[in-house]
Amino acid sequence: MKQERILLSHGSGGKLSYQLTQEMFLKAFDNEFLSPLNDQAIFDLSASRLAFTTDSFVVSPIFFPGGDIGKLSVCGTINDLAVGGAEPVYLSASFIIEEGILIQELRIIVDSMARTARQTGVKIITGDTKVVEKGKGDKLFINTSGIGIIRNDRTFSPHLIRPGDMILVSGSMGDHGIAILCHREGIQMEVPVESDCAPLYNLVHDMVSQSDGIRAMRDPTRGGLATTLNELAISSNYGMIIKEDLIPVKEEVRGACEILGFDPLYLANEGKLIVIASQESATAVLEIMKKNPLGRDAALIGTVVDKPQGKVLLETAIGNKRFLDMLSGEQLPRIC
Amino acid sequence: MKYIDEFRQRDAARKILEKIHGISGKKVTIMEICGTHTHTIAKYGIRNSLPSNIRLISGPGCPVCVTSAADINKVVEFCKREKDVIIATFGDMMRVPGTESSLQEQKAMGKDIRVVYSPLGALDIAMANSGKQVILYAVGFETTVPTVAATILLAREKGIKNFSALALHKLTPPAMMALLDSGELDLDGFLCPGHVTAIIGAKAYQFLAKKYHAPCVVAGFEPLDALYGLYLLMKQLEEGKAEIEIQYKRVVTWDGNIKAQRIIEKVFEICDSNWRGIGKIPLSGLRLKEEFAHFEAEKRFSLANGIDEELQGCACGKVLKGIITPDQCPFFGSTCTPETPAGPCMVSFEGTCAAYYKYGYSQYKTTD
Repeated sequence: MKQERILLSHGSGGKLSYQLTQEMFLKAFDNEFLSPLNDQAIFDLSASRLAFTTDSFVVSPIFFPGGDIGKLSVCGTINDLAVGGAEPVYLSASFIIEEGILIQELRIIVDSMARTARQTGVKIITGDTKVVEKGKGDKLFINTSGIGIIRNDRTFSPHLIRPGDMILVSGSMGDHGIAILCHREGIQMEVPVESDCAPLYNLVHDMVSQSDGIRAMRDPTRGGLATTLNELAISSNYGMIIKEDLIPVKEEVRGACEILGFDPLYLANEGKLIVIASQESATAVLEIMKKNPLGRDAALIGTVVDKPQGKVLLETAIGNKRFLDMLSGEQLPRIC
Repeated sequence: MKYIDEFRQRDAARKILEKIHGISGKKVTIMEICGTHTHTIAKYGIRNSLPSNIRLISGPGCPVCVTSAADINKVVEFCKREKDVIIATFGDMMRVPGTESSLQEQKAMGKDIRVVYSPLGALDIAMANSGKQVILYAVGFETTVPTVAATILLAREKGIKNFSALALHKLTPPAMMALLDSGELDLDGFLCPGHVTAIIGAKAYQFLAKKYHAPCVVAGFEPLDALYGLYLLMKQLEEGKAEIEIQYKRVVTWDGNIKAQRIIEKVFEICDSNWRGIGKIPLSGLRLKEEFAHFEAEKRFSLANGIDEELQGCACGKVLKGIITPDQCPFFGSTCTPETPAGPCMVSFEGTCAAYYKYGYSQYKTTD
């Protein structure tokens, strides 16, 4: 492409649009469903149960330590399918691009999407591009939708959760939230924090193929561990009790949280799982998780209890108990 | 983490609690002045672990909460009037309601209002937007003032013309004195704020011990700091003493941070200040000195005084003075929640109502 930057004409549907699609999207995502450039992708799926999800990504900055908006957009949708026990197979990708963004930047993002999709064996088979005037967007917004196949008759749902079940996490909490925040605000830590942004299907596959004790899974994205556990508690109508001491949080993330006045339990994660497993299977599930690189730091952090219904209790580091509520509003830096 | 994990140890906490339980059955009321203490006490479930004879009440130690409605209305009105202006402010200040609107609502209506993480962030915005005026809407106690003062000095040194500050800083000791003078409270002692005292020095509380016979313990913000601070207070009360003690010796000294005090004195002078819920407290605020008048947003833009009108029925004033606890407010947990706050104490992260709600809501409002 001769142009260095995205022009409004790249979204006009004319020659520049065609060029952008041919030279960027088709090259990167290359597959038999996308290449005919039809208005739709037609495919066969031999499955009786499918999962379908959609998500939009508006992160700022679009590049951050450990990832970029492209990787995030693919991981996010893959993970939403994976936690339902579905094998992600096809994605759509819609780009809303702000006039003026460097084509080279867009290329890096698109390549990152293609690489992340390949990692999980997912194909990006349909998409769309719109260009908005400078000042009318924030560089780049991406929407991805995904279809996944559920290859067995198992269901994972908060409704299956029972008292006595164990609560596990696949690794340290808050890495993505702190990475984005420090990068956005130019806060330099002695040990920089990288986002945990990763596609989790392979980890989920290891777990569900080797254990039938998993009741429910969630990826604790916005709102973090605390909010997601509250959602699970409300949906299951049981209580949850977790121990602060057992929750993995990287030293550098804790350090940044102490400085900024944030709580790592409310920070976003983009490559972590919360798993509720039956009491009998929890140790085995933990071992399976630990064998996968994405679950290396997995930990058992608590249990499901009868009461208080729909609420999460935290046993604090000094041994007292208190409620762990959902996130209210946004976490903001403290004043003193 | 060094200096953190040491102060969150379970066994040590148990031991201090045992000591507190064993010290006396005397009924006492202790005020924690600082919002961060309120937060620590709630976050670690400390209030529930204390013996029933110790009543902990929260004071006016949240800088966002004590900013008067008039001072919020003033900025809101200014936003409505002016075009090429950027307001830079700290976190929760965005959400606190004035009488009719908040900065957050003004931002949603298209006004350029930005959250900064430090006063220098506002200066960076000014340097990147030379065609616009940037106003730092600065609240905070003694802890925040040195960085605002340093930013103003830097702005002068760099000759930055499009930067000014609306500084609404407040001083802690005069507020403590005003609470005692009001006669509305029967306080036995104060858990004093670690960060504020790191700047002003523990000697700033001498008058409390001498004139009011109120023991003061300056404590840090980790759970063991707060617990040990409470133990020291209980010990003094049991022994009939009224002294100024420093629990937070790793940060706080008797004289404070002299360098920070000098930089404050260079830029600011003491003035009367209007506190939400309390009213005007003599000599409890800071304003820019005459030589920095060109950095004073109020003068530069002739800001009109805002209406000093609280939201109807909001009991934040009584909460700030420690007259009632949040659960005694009829709005608490019903019409006033962090999602739908009626007043600043529920808005701010350091607000008393927010801490009570976030960490202890169910114990007050449900039978679970």
